[in-house]
Amino acid sequence: MEILMILTVGVLVSVSTYLLLTKSLLRVVLGIVLLSHAAHLLFLTMAGLKEGAPPLLGEEAASYADPLPQALILTAIVIGFGVTAFLLVLSYRTYKEHKTDDLEKLRGSADE
Amino acid sequence: MSTLHLLVLAPFIMAIFVPFFYKGFRRIHTGWFVLALPLLLFIYLLRFIPIGEPLQVVKETMDWVPSLGIGFNIYLDGLSLLFALLITGIGTLVVLYSIFYIANKKDEPLNNFYVYLLMFMGAMLGVVLSDNLIVIYVFWELTSLASSLLIAYWFHKEKSRYGAQKSMLITVTGGFAMLAGFCLLYIMTGTFSIQGIISFFAESGAIFNEALFLPAMILILLGAFTKSAQFPFHIWLPDAMEAPTPVSAYLHSATMVKAGIYLVARFTPVFGGTPEWFWIITSFGLLTLIWGSISAIRQVDLKAILAFSTISQLGLIMALLGLGSASFIDNVAEVAIIAAIFHLINHATFKGSLFMVVGIVDHETGTRDIRKLGGLMAIMPITFTISIIGIASMAGLPPFNGFLSKEMFFTGVLEATTLNIFNVQTLGFIFPIVAWIASVFTFAYCMIMFFKTFTGKYQPEKLEKKAHEAPIGLLISPIVLASLVVIFGLFPNMLSYTIIEPAMQSVLPYVSDPYINIYHWHGFNAELFMTIGVVLFGTVVFLNLKRWQETTFFLHERDPLNRFYDGGLEGLVAGSQRVTNLQLTGLLRDYFAYMMVFMILLLGWTFFRYDAVAFNFVDVSEISPYLWIITLALIAATISVPFIQHRVTAIIVVGVIGFLIALLFVVFRAPDLALTQLLVETVMVVLFLLCFYHLPELRKESFKARFKMTNLIISVGMGAIVTLIAFSAHAARHGLSFEPISQYFVENSVPLAGGYNMVNVILVDFRGLDTMLEVLVLGVAALGIVALIKLKMKEGQDI
Repeated sequence: MEILMILTVGVLVSVSTYLLLTKSLLRVVLGIVLLSHAAHLLFLTMAGLKEGAPPLLGEEAASYADPLPQALILTAIVIGFGVTAFLLVLSYRTYKEHKTDDLEKLRGSADE
Repeated sequence: MSTLHLLVLAPFIMAIFVPFFYKGFRRIHTGWFVLALPLLLFIYLLRFIPIGEPLQVVKETMDWVPSLGIGFNIYLDGLSLLFALLITGIGTLVVLYSIFYIANKKDEPLNNFYVYLLMFMGAMLGVVLSDNLIVIYVFWELTSLASSLLIAYWFHKEKSRYGAQKSMLITVTGGFAMLAGFCLLYIMTGTFSIQGIISFFAESGAIFNEALFLPAMILILLGAFTKSAQFPFHIWLPDAMEAPTPVSAYLHSATMVKAGIYLVARFTPVFGGTPEWFWIITSFGLLTLIWGSISAIRQVDLKAILAFSTISQLGLIMALLGLGSASFIDNVAEVAIIAAIFHLINHATFKGSLFMVVGIVDHETGTRDIRKLGGLMAIMPITFTISIIGIASMAGLPPFNGFLSKEMFFTGVLEATTLNIFNVQTLGFIFPIVAWIASVFTFAYCMIMFFKTFTGKYQPEKLEKKAHEAPIGLLISPIVLASLVVIFGLFPNMLSYTIIEPAMQSVLPYVSDPYINIYHWHGFNAELFMTIGVVLFGTVVFLNLKRWQETTFFLHERDPLNRFYDGGLEGLVAGSQRVTNLQLTGLLRDYFAYMMVFMILLLGWTFFRYDAVAFNFVDVSEISPYLWIITLALIAATISVPFIQHRVTAIIVVGVIGFLIALLFVVFRAPDLALTQLLVETVMVVLFLLCFYHLPELRKESFKARFKMTNLIISVGMGAIVTLIAFSAHAARHGLSFEPISQYFVENSVPLAGGYNMVNVILVDFRGLDTMLEVLVLGVAALGIVALIKLKMKEGQDI
């Protein structure tokens, strides 16, 4: 299972990097979304995918899944959401101002 | 903190109050307030002059960074005292002169002028009174800064700014080299104290063989040569003449340009007695001497003549110090050191007075061009008298002090030829020849200055103002200096016991009881005949000036070496521009690519270097059919994203990926994550759709194929590196002998926090502060979003 997850993470990272390197603002934002997914999955896999009970003490199980990485990932998901939302609106505004979402044309003027 | 510390800091403290004087007493010239300070310091320093007994060396310590051996330690000996007296004495006269030179007009920034001047004074005192090399370096750079600011005092003039930049670039480059030299000395000796270094070298004579000895010497000399305008770094000094004349008289002839001389004199006990030190300083000094004097006679601006004359005289003093350094081996060269110190004083007096006289001529006639001037002898009799004294002294005529030191200079070069060390036997004959030729040209430019300005026909139609004698205030300072020229010329021995002997003892510490007596008349010896020859041939050069001026070399006023500086500066700017443009393309893709490639290389290299790649598949768990389905769907969806050309499809596919990840969280026993992910993903898709409604349709990537290929390689490399990290980390888990810290939360969630959902307990209790700040981050993002949407700007206005 771990091997499969690691390979999935690898694919996610590759695709998101590719999207980051394109020149459509839209794809760049999508790339960032995918990259944060990859990071979360990677982190969870690193912590070990042992098949314990969910980290709810009420289950009275013999072993639980590690709660600490889950807590950290939860924080990361929320922060990732904030970043993505901001980037989206930023690209919306950029498009409104400059009438293009092509990064090639958004290079800035020569005197800057 | 002693009084001497206060002496160094006093100008800085005074500088703080100058703007208040300027604003508060607008009608009184700010210079009057400033004048008291250098005068007081000068009188205080006079106390240290020994009369009838040897000079008491004063040492005062004050810690600055004791752990690094850096302390603001004062060391006042003969050499320091001489310089400190020059700085405060000439400083007093210059401030007095400046009060009349720079009128208190409405828009004249006098406060700037005096703040910079005081800053310079304090820094220069710091340079000559400190014993610690780092402190010296700091003050040294401060003098460069102050000098540059003063050159650019009339900053609306293009030439002033050019001169300021030039002096700054050249002297600071040298200063930086000097710092490196100081550090090398520290590595060799383990101390930053000059006296400590001197005694260290005195105790272990074999130090000359150290590998760092020569680099340290050359680096320190670079600092000294740039500051003291030695060939080929002298080009900044003529351009520094854009500064107001009081500044030229003070910084660029009497004090700052002598900082390099001071440094060389200070380090003579360390490096002296080695052939490198002897030859480098002597040859550069002689080259500067002759180059400066030849350049001076093709100038038409009085100040430019004085600038090149200063360069040449600095070269003279430098060459004398070089020759004198041989006296560590053969004491026949001691006279060169005496001549150097004596000429240093004399140069400050006659050159100071001449600069002030030129300032007066400029002030009263509106020009310094010798082609327009002439016949001022009758119109400005007092100015004329002062300048004839100064010029005669500079030319080396009796009975003025310049004659005495020039005679000693000839003695020095003649005696140096008798040295039997450092191969002087073969090359030493050059010294007197160069010295004599340079003196001929010196005599010639002195004659130019004198005859072109004061004799000949008065041409009022070419002058901006009607010439008349200067007010008495402008005349006081040059009169004082000119009288010193006469007094030192007639009674040179009043200096020899009080100032020259103690200063010489600092340069040549092994001379325990120096005895100096300066005579006017030595009989008909070689020096006298050399002087007579100088007068004769100098006159010949002057009379044939026309013929000289027709040769190509003399057609250009500007020094030909400037071409290297200007070209180099232009090349530097253009080169950096090109390098910058090469990497800063303005394209986001390139910046991302730099980061990715750097990360791939760094991580890949680290893996390779520490042989960290590891695989371990011992306890991999079973893969359930669900997981197969979810994962394969996830991978398929992910790979399809870059190929999608339709924006809504792209958003939905990315949404699907998010939901699949939520499902993975369920499989991995993370219910809270799954819930959050579902919630966030839902909101995100809605947000994306809302925003994309306003955004244009996706287009096919229009990058060139080569670009696409690079992008592909970078992304695959990135994926591979992350996969590698994941595998290695997974393998590394098995070697761990300690328990994960998570056990703590399992045990303590209920007793400490009273919660059963461990993830929640961690978030809101154990790591509550984190969560609070996270809320803050979201709040900031929300504010940003609102601002970006609501912000309304006028037509054509940019963010």
